[in-house]
Amino acid sequence: MISVGTANGSGSQSANLIIHRALFKMGLPVSGKNLFPSNIAGLPTWFLIRVTEEGYPAPADDTNIAILMNPDTWEKDLSKLKKGSVVIYNSDTRMPVERDDLILYDVPCSKIARGVNSKLAKLITNTVYVGALSEIIGIEQEAIVEALKHQFNNKQKAIELNLTAIDEGRNYIKENHKKNQPWRVERRDLTKDKMIVDGNQAGALGSLFGGVTFLAWYPITPSSSLAESLIGYLKQHREYVDGSKTYAVVQAEDELAAAGMVFGAGWAGSRSMTTTSGAGISLMTEFIGLGYYAEVPGVFWNIQRVGPSTGLPTRTQQSDINFCYKLGHGDSTHPVFIPATPKECFEFGWKSFDIAERFQTPTFVLSDLDLGMNPWISDDFEYPDKPFDRGKILKEEDLNKVESWGRYRDVDGDGIPYRTLPGNPHPDSSYFTRGSGHDEDATYSEDPEVYERNMKRLAKKHEGLRVKMPQPKIEHSSSKSKIGVISYGTVHTAIEETIDILQEQKVEIDYLRIRALPLSPKVNEFIDSHEEIFIIEQNRDAQMFNLIKEELDSLNIKKIKSCAYSDGMPMAASKISANIIENTQIKINKKA
Amino acid sequence: MSKENILGLPIQEYKGGKSTLCAGCGHDSITDKIIKACFNNGIKPHMVAKMSGIGCSSKTPAYFLSKSHGFNTVHGRMPSVSTGAALANRKLTVLGVSGDGDTASIGIGQFVHCVRRNAPMVYIVENNGVYGLTKGQFSATADEGSKSKKGVPNEIPPIDLTSLAIQLGCGFVGKSFSGAPKQLTPLIQAALSYQGTAVIDVISPCVTFNNHEGSTRSYNYVKDHDIELQTLDYIPSFTPIDEIDIPQGESTDVEMHDGSTIRLTGTKEDYDVHNRNAAIGAINDSMAKGEHLTGLLYLDNSKKNIYQEMRLCETPLASLEEETTRPTEETLTEIMNSYK
Ligand code: SF4
Repeated sequence: MISVGTANGSGSQSANLIIHRALFKMGLPVSGKNLFPSNIAGLPTWFLIRVTEEGYPAPADDTNIAILMNPDTWEKDLSKLKKGSVVIYNSDTRMPVERDDLILYDVPCSKIARGVNSKLAKLITNTVYVGALSEIIGIEQEAIVEALKHQFNNKQKAIELNLTAIDEGRNYIKENHKKNQPWRVERRDLTKDKMIVDGNQAGALGSLFGGVTFLAWYPITPSSSLAESLIGYLKQHREYVDGSKTYAVVQAEDELAAAGMVFGAGWAGSRSMTTTSGAGISLMTEFIGLGYYAEVPGVFWNIQRVGPSTGLPTRTQQSDINFCYKLGHGDSTHPVFIPATPKECFEFGWKSFDIAERFQTPTFVLSDLDLGMNPWISDDFEYPDKPFDRGKILKEEDLNKVESWGRYRDVDGDGIPYRTLPGNPHPDSSYFTRGSGHDEDATYSEDPEVYERNMKRLAKKHEGLRVKMPQPKIEHSSSKSKIGVISYGTVHTAIEETIDILQEQKVEIDYLRIRALPLSPKVNEFIDSHEEIFIIEQNRDAQMFNLIKEELDSLNIKKIKSCAYSDGMPMAASKISANIIENTQIKINKKA
Repeated sequence: MSKENILGLPIQEYKGGKSTLCAGCGHDSITDKIIKACFNNGIKPHMVAKMSGIGCSSKTPAYFLSKSHGFNTVHGRMPSVSTGAALANRKLTVLGVSGDGDTASIGIGQFVHCVRRNAPMVYIVENNGVYGLTKGQFSATADEGSKSKKGVPNEIPPIDLTSLAIQLGCGFVGKSFSGAPKQLTPLIQAALSYQGTAVIDVISPCVTFNNHEGSTRSYNYVKDHDIELQTLDYIPSFTPIDEIDIPQGESTDVEMHDGSTIRLTGTKEDYDVHNRNAAIGAINDSMAKGEHLTGLLYLDNSKKNIYQEMRLCETPLASLEEETTRPTEETLTEIMNSYK
């Protein structure tokens, strides 16, 4: 693993993405994690690049190559390195390197950059370490050129400038550092036909292919890039030749208003959505309650960050599971999609509209910062295999066929009523939508029986979601393991590695990944068929563990154990495997 | 014998459920004028979206236009829901009703930003200076010194929604009194013809909690202090149902985008309805005198609305079909290739 330590706002992101994409272009399944501060310029930031044959996306425990550019974190970064690690450092910072057990490469990045172009030196200081690193570990020049073209959108001037800086970095190493070090990258064929994409781009694309017509949003890290990507796609793909738009986007004054607009548009028949993070969901709570009770569709993307309160705005966590699932005062529960990969962000992006409209209810997609903002290597997305499901909407001609209708009548026995849209000319089409008590025909009511009947219907409607939401996936099955692991969201990427680590220690586990709430009956089946279950998640309070526990019988409750922790960083496989080894009661199967 | 409007509909088609407000509440008079205005303008009831927040005033959409879809949202949030609805279906006439608590206290932020965005809608504030539904607490529009039913004076200066709206760039700002039917009906008709957000602040006495001696919102106080800026007539683009009497005095005609005309007669000297600063000045002066300046306070027909600003397509977004809103598989492949 390579760790690059720079200062935020110094342009290092582009240098790091060049390294990342160049490795990808060499056919290597590379992971990239941007650990950035909540700040525009000055505070420290790190970029972790990990290359493994297996393509593990989670960060590793140790850094093998450290690139030091930031004097503020210099000492600490150095102190964490194991003996024999490689260090490439900007010697122009005049910072001391007081360790003799490391393989050191001093590179006068600032001076070299000034030599290339004194005016633009600041912009390319970081590009110099791209060259140095490439020379040291063997990143091919061809791959670098391709990465540059991508990064600078084929803009010749920018490409040439950066290429010169990279060459100078390479030359400096060639001329000054002829030494041996253990790390080299070699071309593979493991990324053919794959993409580098982040979850927010994928979610935006999913929404585009879900036929979104209305987006209201309020900027908040780490969700803004989803809204901004979507705006970009909409401009390209959803405007007529005369420039008129088949969508509306409003940057609202706050999340309250964004949620209100989503429901106004959803009520009037738009496929409408918003993007936000936990703090924004807090403000939207009032409206989510209205949407639930009045049964208005809307899609709510929550790119989770670290709470509570403002928390760590630029770090990752899975701590809004319970919050979103049961959001609102009074009894209420909501469908929640939980993607683990960009591919699923795309899929759930379009499916969430179908669920929101079919079930006429606010629908969450719970991604997180790691998934949303980091570059991931992804397989192709699959084009939607079904036409839109706009749910039970009665048009004028439908109303002509029925004797009477009522907005909240349970005609089909599935708890899902029929709705009409404003503008429907049929004389019986209108109804009055309200967040106060109402009967089957949407008339105000405080009648105890009417209230209870309505709430029970809503519960029945919710039950229907259990089989209609994406079902859990058995990601790994050994057929003889007694230990089952349950996880969800981006922790998935660490579990795949955990399985390999445990296999090396001759421990077999089965692994089920939850992809949505409410829980599918399949979760119960999985628990039934194992003697011991670990529920692994990235929060303090074991939120999914507790949700699962609520629905289990006492016998199964005893089986389940929680492995929940969060420090704001993506989960590391080594911690999970250690937890399982330490806490399992099963006599571990030794293979012959 | 029932008269029919341009669509051949009797006024009954514009009525709603029975009011459950206190007998004599100003809001019921406003409801009548809304019914009359929609009837007179020949608006198709099914093309109206009746929107409201929470409070006595926000209950009223149930009492008019029962053939229209209605949405009684949450407290202070009518503007955002209306904005969403207006954008989802640009063919709808969005008619929002709110109160002074709903708009000036809890909803002031949404009011402000709604006005700035200029989505086509009529925004009526039924303003009585108190919270009726929670039994008479002062709202943010209560005048300084105005006394509560128990005799306690309000000590905080009021928010005046009309000057605020003008200051924010609202292109149609009117003020009226629930007890002034001749003024209120044409004002609502004109607002319905406006192409952006039209704000009408209507003083509407709360007969139960704010109609006593010492209150500046009592029926008698407002009646005595209502200074009508002009006589207002609305002439639709088609032949109107009633003959329009041409009033005495000099009049100015203002043509609206839908071909209707607003006739302003006997406007106070020197008052230019298109002059923002003058309007704000006149409102301030009248407030200082403890008066309510009513009428069409400000009009700007040149402002672009949100549909024009956005270049929204003519078809309502809600009616767009999958062929239009889901790009093709080839498009997806192209986009994915750009990430490779
Ligand atoms: S309390 Fe006041 S505002 Fe409410 S209905 Fe009664 S009179 Fe009208």
